[in-house]
Amino acid sequence: MNRKRSKKAYFLITLMVLLLCFMGNISLGSVHIPLGQTFQSLIGQPLENQSFSYIIWSYRLPKALTAILVGSGLSVSGLLMQTLFRNPLAGPFVLGISSGASLGAAILIMGSGLVTGLYLGHLGPDLALALAASLGSFLVLFAVLGVAAKIKDTMALLIIGLMFGSITSALVSVLSFFSTSEQLQRFVFWSYGSLGNLGWGQLSLLFFITVLGMLISMLSLKSLNAFLLGESYAQSMGVDLKRTKYMIIMATGLLAGGITAFAGPIAFIGLAVPHVGRQLFQTTDHKIVLPAVALCGAIVMLICDGIAQMPGSASVLPINAVTSIFGAPVVIWLLVKQQKIIF
Amino acid sequence: MCSPISFELGHGELMGIVGINGVGKSTLLKTLARFQPTLSGNVLLKGKPLEKYSGGEMAQLVSVVLTEPIAAKHIAVQELIALGRHPYTNWLGKLSRTDKDEIEKAISLLNLEDMRTTPCAELSDGQLQRVLIARAMAQGTDIMLLDEPTTHLDLYHKVAILKILKTLAHSLQKTIVYTTHDIELAIQLCDKLLIMNGDKNPFDQPCNLIMHQEFERLFPSDNVTFNPKTGSFKIRNI
Repeated sequence: MNRKRSKKAYFLITLMVLLLCFMGNISLGSVHIPLGQTFQSLIGQPLENQSFSYIIWSYRLPKALTAILVGSGLSVSGLLMQTLFRNPLAGPFVLGISSGASLGAAILIMGSGLVTGLYLGHLGPDLALALAASLGSFLVLFAVLGVAAKIKDTMALLIIGLMFGSITSALVSVLSFFSTSEQLQRFVFWSYGSLGNLGWGQLSLLFFITVLGMLISMLSLKSLNAFLLGESYAQSMGVDLKRTKYMIIMATGLLAGGITAFAGPIAFIGLAVPHVGRQLFQTTDHKIVLPAVALCGAIVMLICDGIAQMPGSASVLPINAVTSIFGAPVVIWLLVKQQKIIF
Repeated sequence: MCSPISFELGHGELMGIVGINGVGKSTLLKTLARFQPTLSGNVLLKGKPLEKYSGGEMAQLVSVVLTEPIAAKHIAVQELIALGRHPYTNWLGKLSRTDKDEIEKAISLLNLEDMRTTPCAELSDGQLQRVLIARAMAQGTDIMLLDEPTTHLDLYHKVAILKILKTLAHSLQKTIVYTTHDIELAIQLCDKLLIMNGDKNPFDQPCNLIMHQEFERLFPSDNVTFNPKTGSFKIRNI
């Protein structure tokens, strides 16, 4: 009972930290807006300074909301991958899913003469990009899963994921070699990752995709716990392996693919945050870990975005660089602290 | 691959499967657990063919303890045992009063009270085996299948685990089947033994098997011989 109460307290604290980061994120930026005024504007009161209110409502608020969706979505997709492949180093990046999304995006942006571009073109550029990137990530995901069914060794699986990543990036470089400088620039900017490019329309689409992915993962919460013991045990406890795997893959593809489509490939969040969540909440039960990881992911993303804005200056760092600078040390720290990554 | 195997087991019986490496003990066990389809022949469970049961029904009838290492090394003992209630809980896996009682019963049955919150990575092999058996107990099935539950254990803990299995079978009327290489212990503890020798695959009470000199034929005779009086193997030509 006591342990349950302390978990609730943890959730409350995490939620409060999230709110704080959210407010902080909105008030930080090239123009400093005091926290008090930020709060005022958010609860709907008009501000004296009209431009503040404009900055908040049409630029910073959508960006902060994007950060929350991206952070929690990527972290949850990482958690799902780690449980599905029973590998603490799995994540959308390591398994090549993000590279798949990149390939989809690259074909759409740079290979516009190709068939895909023609077919997706009339959907509107945002939806087309989202669809192309999602298709790309699903493609790699299914390839990895197909190989995973044949190979039991999880180490080999990671290497195969990396190889798929190499193949897709090779294809991307071939595409970029033959593309115009304009297209190339568009793709390179996409690949830096960015949270600030989404208007309210795109944001609602991303929201819809993320919520759908989260809902599907929530439906497989119980099976995810059974997977902690391995596939044979899960099967012996009545888990429908095939159905569960497809559910998890669908959720991961939607989350990682959809998010990568809108925000670009963002590294390390999916790999590192699930470990942070498990460490903080000291449990492996997905009923607790999944929401915890979603919250932590949102917090980390808000902080990373705050750093990327370089408060007080007009320039913005690529978000991908910031998350790597945060994520890689976390993984190293985990390894050193535990001697091995626990799961 | 293997000549016909035929055996029948009732409530409250502990059965061991012995045989030389690679003869198919684990394959047989996996077939019984329905991890793989029957290669040939029939398996009847309560008079109904095994393949007619749904995954959920199977989970309430047969539980397993496997040799494969558990994937989540850091899962706490109690959390692992609670997973055994999986076939009975709702879509979220919420534990009911009954579920919690069954988990407590399994914990006290295997004397795991002191290590509820211990991560499994910190357990000794013997303790981990007890935890895995507790999980299978919590699953509340009539049948329990164990793949080499005594491998990696010292003699003392081997006997401890086997005695637990015997108690579970006899006092709780479970049907327990396990594969093993510890033939001498199996002779002393099992109600029934299946000797997989790739020929007749005899199945009987251990004393009858000794009488029919089945153990002498278990291994090629160049390295070991069987002493029927003591029920033990001796090294030959040292």
